[in-house]
Amino acid sequence: MLKVVDPAVPVACWSCSIAHNESTLFCPHCSKIQPPPGADFFSVFGLAPQLNVDLASLEKQFYFLSRKLHPDRFACSAENEKEWSLAGTALLNDAYRTLKDPITRTEYLLKLHGAEIGEQHSGRNRREGEMGASRVPADLLEEVFDLNMQLEEIRMAHKMGEVEDPALKQDLIHAREKFENLRQVVDRDLRAQWHAWDNGDEPARHAAQNAMVALLDRRRYLSNLVRDVNETLEGKNGAGVFTQRGR
Amino acid sequence: MAEGRVVGIDLGTTNSLVAYMEGDKPVVIPGVDGSNLVPSVVALDPMPTGGGRPTVTVGNSARKALIERPERVIYSVKRLMGRGLSEVQSELKWFPFKLANDVEEGEVPRIQLGELRFTPPEISAYILRQLKRNAERFFGSPVTRAVITVPAYFNDAQRQATKDAGRMAGLEVLRLVNEPTAAALAYGLDRAKEGTIAVYDLGGGTFDISILKLREGIFEVQSTNGDTHLGGDDIDNLLLAIALDEIHSEHGVDLRAHPGAVQALRKAAIDAKIHLSSQPVAHFDIELPNGDRYQREIPRDVFEGLIEPVLGRTIGPCRQAMLDAGVTPEQIDEVVLVGGSTRIPAVRALVDDIFRLGARGKKAHTELNPDEVVALGAAVQADILAGASKTTEEMLLLDVTPLSLGIEQLGGTVARIIERNSTIPASATEHFTTGVDGQTNVAIHVLQGERELAADCRSLARFDLKGIPPMSAGLPRIKVRFLIDADGILHVTAREQRSGKAAQIEVKPTYGLTDEQVESMILDSFDHAEEDFTKRLLIESRNEADTILAAVEHAPKDAAWKQLSDEERATIAAAREHLARVRLANDLRAIREAIAALDQATRHFAELMMEAAVASAIRGKTMDAASEELSNEVTAPHPMAPAEFK
Repeated sequence: MLKVVDPAVPVACWSCSIAHNESTLFCPHCSKIQPPPGADFFSVFGLAPQLNVDLASLEKQFYFLSRKLHPDRFACSAENEKEWSLAGTALLNDAYRTLKDPITRTEYLLKLHGAEIGEQHSGRNRREGEMGASRVPADLLEEVFDLNMQLEEIRMAHKMGEVEDPALKQDLIHAREKFENLRQVVDRDLRAQWHAWDNGDEPARHAAQNAMVALLDRRRYLSNLVRDVNETLEGKNGAGVFTQRGR
Repeated sequence: MAEGRVVGIDLGTTNSLVAYMEGDKPVVIPGVDGSNLVPSVVALDPMPTGGGRPTVTVGNSARKALIERPERVIYSVKRLMGRGLSEVQSELKWFPFKLANDVEEGEVPRIQLGELRFTPPEISAYILRQLKRNAERFFGSPVTRAVITVPAYFNDAQRQATKDAGRMAGLEVLRLVNEPTAAALAYGLDRAKEGTIAVYDLGGGTFDISILKLREGIFEVQSTNGDTHLGGDDIDNLLLAIALDEIHSEHGVDLRAHPGAVQALRKAAIDAKIHLSSQPVAHFDIELPNGDRYQREIPRDVFEGLIEPVLGRTIGPCRQAMLDAGVTPEQIDEVVLVGGSTRIPAVRALVDDIFRLGARGKKAHTELNPDEVVALGAAVQADILAGASKTTEEMLLLDVTPLSLGIEQLGGTVARIIERNSTIPASATEHFTTGVDGQTNVAIHVLQGERELAADCRSLARFDLKGIPPMSAGLPRIKVRFLIDADGILHVTAREQRSGKAAQIEVKPTYGLTDEQVESMILDSFDHAEEDFTKRLLIESRNEADTILAAVEHAPKDAAWKQLSDEERATIAAAREHLARVRLANDLRAIREAIAALDQATRHFAELMMEAAVASAIRGKTMDAASEELSNEVTAPHPMAPAEFK
């Protein structure tokens, strides 16, 4: 079985024996691949933990590191180098995937700072027909109540093999649009909080952190609403167009 | 890197190929008969009269047996790889081969061929071994390492089965490469193009659509989708079904009782399908067992109406792939067509429609032979892995896992831990604990798929984490790491955090063989041939010499012989005598040179014979009369092609 190297990183290079910085992927002296560091995703790219990230430069760095680290470069190397390349590239890919997307980046950074983020995995708390596991945002109570009724009506129609009421369908489409717009507002607010977090002092950061946790909760809720509308309109329950989790 | 070459292998549903990088271009390695394609057909020869194990043959010689003794032949085994008993049973409805009758649910299915039984990986191993030998004969040295391609949409079990087959054939599989990505590599090689590429790969048994971004020599897959139960075979079976039904209703003959006749009819259906790619009408003209003739005309528009539902099944995956990649059809710069089935005009029209090509003044790429392009790409990847050449040293493939990975939770729902289309290698870490005091085992059920319920996803394996130090319930903190490697195969490691102890993991693959089973199936342990490599090569070369000599002996009886000049006939005679003499000696090099010389001398004759054979095949049983001509486009790359130089 493939062994994962624990984050107890040797400080001397296994090949040339010269000491080097713990969290380096390659020995700065002899260039040999090193056991991958137990680093956070930001340091893999040599970035300080910030919420605003230059995506173009991130991609460039990703390609640069991939070229050096990828298992294809070590297909004929020794077993230990192959293992480190595999683990190191998995780390690089996981890091890139997480940092590339604004939402996963935010969730990741908040988690690094000990914040409790709501359920990540699709399906975990979600039961059919339920509007997501989290509490309903206060300002949406009425809309959500109405939406629930409308969705139920359409589902019944499908079950009976009846034709959908076109006015009802239109209502649902409008509702979805409204939730998508609200989600865009959340995204804007989130970006504002990024700025506060990146540039603020300790108390400001703390406030921004709490704000972002709440915003992420709200965003997840809205995404679930949009998804439920889509799935119901398609007439299928998870068997139609596949969505990425919660987006 | 002194251990010999790394070859690229396309292990296809219908045909298989092996290729390598010759200088700066990939090249397919031909078989003994000069053909680039080895039909993925495996046959068991009749039981030897003195007893012992019957010989296994692969490729063109095996497909001849399909009509004479179909119960000893298997084709399209790729459709059975990594699958469970019930799935295999529904696939086998259309095939003449049978399951061994003692297979149980939960076991890897075994096919009964004559007196022997084989698992699908073993059959594939015979094909791989043939390709390995073709390469070794070509290089004159051993070949032990290969890159093998798989459909992008293959799941973990199907990939593992392919690796198992490689191991059984004596090959170290350096990498499994996804077929659409390999095709993109083959095209990207001389292009130095940047942009977004879609690869539409419709083969004999599987369909893949991949969207890639090509930048600075990096091929980054954005998304992939497909159907591992969809391909040219389904089209053949549609035609076959209609023919069988008509024969039954019009002539009162149920051909299904005559497996050999069904295979002949299938061959006719395939010929008709190919013919319709360049002609507006095809014909069936078959002699039935009761002496009747079944004659039927198939116009192209009727054919297209018939196959529309099959082709339509490719639309959904294409749309989903574009959605996942976040692109619209207009943002796709190039479309590449892969797989023999993409020669069908209706397929090309559909692709044009899906990607709005015509409207944008674009055409799908078909410059590279759709039957060979995957093998060529595999050769490029082999070159990248071997670090062998300047041409490929800046190229890198970043592929993705096609299916989401999840764990089953209490209540039967699935928690996704790695999303589909994540770049691989990829990993995820989950924490588990115990529910009962003193519990020392934790069981994890891992699945692949996009559905909410475990029952609707594909079971990958059950992992039993053992050796957890006994503690109060809920106290152990078991960190489990799921890692999908560059081949798309899952590895699991676990460590109990409090004690720091690594948990032993027992893997029960749901649809696969254990390591011990694979070990016991390694092919050469069955081989009665010599272990010494050169000796084997010598024997094979002598066999090859005998085949050619026998063929040349019969040559003067053929009408085409008269068309040769006196000089040509003299050259042939001289080369033949030389080979007959040299064959008896132990000089491998001399034999190979003599074979090449005779081959060269008879080249013109072979061409003349081929033209005559093709013309008479058209006039004969399977296709209608004189006026039809095969156009240049149709290269007959399928297993039932008119036979080449005999």
